[in-house]
Amino acid sequence: MELFDSIILILDATLRNATPLIFAALAGMFSERSGIVNIALEGKILISAFAGASAAYYTGSPWMGLLAGIMASVVFAQLHAFATVTHNGDHVVSGLAINILAAGLTAAVGNYWFSQGGNTPNLVSRAEELNARFEPIVFPFADALADVPIIGGIYSELLSGHYILVYLAFLAVPLCWFVLFRTRFGLRLRATGENPQAVDTAGISVTQVRYLALLVCGVLAGFAGVYLAVALTAQFSPNMSAGKGYMALAALIFGKWRPKTTMLACLLFGALQAIADRSQGAIIFGFEVPVQLVEALPYILTVVLLGGFIGRAVAPKAIGKPYVKERA
Amino acid sequence: MSQHRIPAWITVGVIPLANVAMAALAAALVFWYLNINPLDALQAMVYGAFGSSYGWGYTLYYMTSYIFTGLAVAVVFQAGMFNIGGEGQAYIGALGVGLVCLGLGGHVPFIVLLPISIIAAFVFGGLWALIPAWLQAKRGSHIVITTIMFNFIAASLMNYLLINFMKPAGTMSVESAVFDPSSWIPKMHEALALIGISIDRSPLNLSMFWALFVAFAVWFFLWRTRWGYEVRAMGSNASGAQYGGISIPGTVIMIMIIGGGLAGFMALNVVQGEAHQIKLNLVNQMGFTGIAVALMGRNHPFGIVIASLLFGFLTQGGSELQFEYSVDARIVVVLQGLVILFSGALQNMMKHPIERLYLRVTSNRRKASEELAAEA
Repeated sequence: MELFDSIILILDATLRNATPLIFAALAGMFSERSGIVNIALEGKILISAFAGASAAYYTGSPWMGLLAGIMASVVFAQLHAFATVTHNGDHVVSGLAINILAAGLTAAVGNYWFSQGGNTPNLVSRAEELNARFEPIVFPFADALADVPIIGGIYSELLSGHYILVYLAFLAVPLCWFVLFRTRFGLRLRATGENPQAVDTAGISVTQVRYLALLVCGVLAGFAGVYLAVALTAQFSPNMSAGKGYMALAALIFGKWRPKTTMLACLLFGALQAIADRSQGAIIFGFEVPVQLVEALPYILTVVLLGGFIGRAVAPKAIGKPYVKERA
Repeated sequence: MSQHRIPAWITVGVIPLANVAMAALAAALVFWYLNINPLDALQAMVYGAFGSSYGWGYTLYYMTSYIFTGLAVAVVFQAGMFNIGGEGQAYIGALGVGLVCLGLGGHVPFIVLLPISIIAAFVFGGLWALIPAWLQAKRGSHIVITTIMFNFIAASLMNYLLINFMKPAGTMSVESAVFDPSSWIPKMHEALALIGISIDRSPLNLSMFWALFVAFAVWFFLWRTRWGYEVRAMGSNASGAQYGGISIPGTVIMIMIIGGGLAGFMALNVVQGEAHQIKLNLVNQMGFTGIAVALMGRNHPFGIVIASLLFGFLTQGGSELQFEYSVDARIVVVLQGLVILFSGALQNMMKHPIERLYLRVTSNRRKASEELAAEA
């Protein structure tokens, strides 16, 4: 029973950890499938977390926070498009600029606004009668069923009681799959990432498709940031994304740029993080596995996959290459 | 656009300056928003970075680190690849330096220890770049992604080693023991005091000269040796280079080891020269800043020395700002981000208008002189 309980707790934490990764990895999927390398997920998460927490604090509403976070992330995503699509800038350099800019701006502006060393004030404060955090959603009868063995653990503990953004993340996966693989926009987007010349010849603007792809990318990355600051912690603190954008990128590659497998990769990485958070290392087959190894495992697994040792991850063909029409 | 008609002073002079001017303009807007007069801020930064031997010391100390991490990016870029792994390579290089100083410090004279620690910094940093290089060369894994992953793996590995092996028993903070003083690289103020020149104490140490020498050596390597030629040939046209008999996988691995080793040298300055112990997060984003330095320095060693000085100025001047205006110290990070944005990602934004302007001016002038000749 104790084992069951701790498994439920780890799975519960897995869902929480995987949520920002899923949003960010789906964001990266739209970008990379259209041919734009996106190492800027980290920066987008950070800026949307900051904008989300600030707006939620000023308006007292988490939903306004969500809106502001998405808007901030979209602005940065469009900046990425401006640099890489309009000016044929290097995708990696542009992504890096956005990450560094986001890290600096959130801290400097945050300190100027709130004078708390770059933190925003706490979004839940009894003194200010403020509650601008997302509330957990408790399923019907969850309280009543909590004490029932097995079912109570699964239903009341694991499935019920998460923030709405957690459920939205898992809904976003089939939705993104539908958009990418069953709509005309998705077909054009994927074609732009594989063969932009062909798309252009068909009379579709490569520029427009890529700007739109990065718009969607910005919206999804905004959810990831707002989830961190307005749901999970109820406060922004500098550099709170702590590499989640890069981990989402790893999950995207580990999931071979496909929605379902990417979600599974996010869950795997979330579970590893949950195990690392819970223990000072795990004991597997009598070996003591250090906690740092568990933490590094997502990155190690991604490198191993990229090396072609477990399956093959094939990136969109035209990724990272600026599309320049031949001059007449 | 006909590139060959654009003279060099435009491509290496006017355009980079225009990019920096754009970044400065954007930075001025940020300062203005934060209620700081941009000109006052600039004055405070210049004074903080160059107004005293203390300021100079810090500026040149940061410059030394940036030369190493900038070169680490630039040499790999000359081969047409992106090394984002400077962060991890410098961290592992610090492990090499630390092991040498902890193991040999106090047992062998400094003059014997220094070459060993230099080699250790290079070998450790270089080996950390070897796996991504090998994966790129032999299995086609994209080096940008693998070097990013290796930064995180390096952080976890160092965390593990520091907590479990290097932390002296009974201490709380996660850092290694302090090295024996005989293994420290002398500070500049100590060295200059010997010849009778007195300057303020600062972290600046003699590894600055090593950085300048290494910059020269990299230039010599790239432009005066066969291997350097192979690297540049691969960078400008990989299939052409292969046709000419250059081994692409071999060149990838060689240049990545060199890049990683150069990043590892940063540890000489930061660990053996200043901190005298291995600390958590000692690289502190300087590996990433190296990318900005390489961009600004146009991947040329001499350009990198100048760009490093600029970034040393930004880092030191920016940290002075926080005392002057109680602005967050991370305002420096904003400045760095803007420089990368405008001189890296958006470099074509200013390039095309300037080139077009130049062509229009020169063609007008040529037309005018032709008309004059026709009249006469």
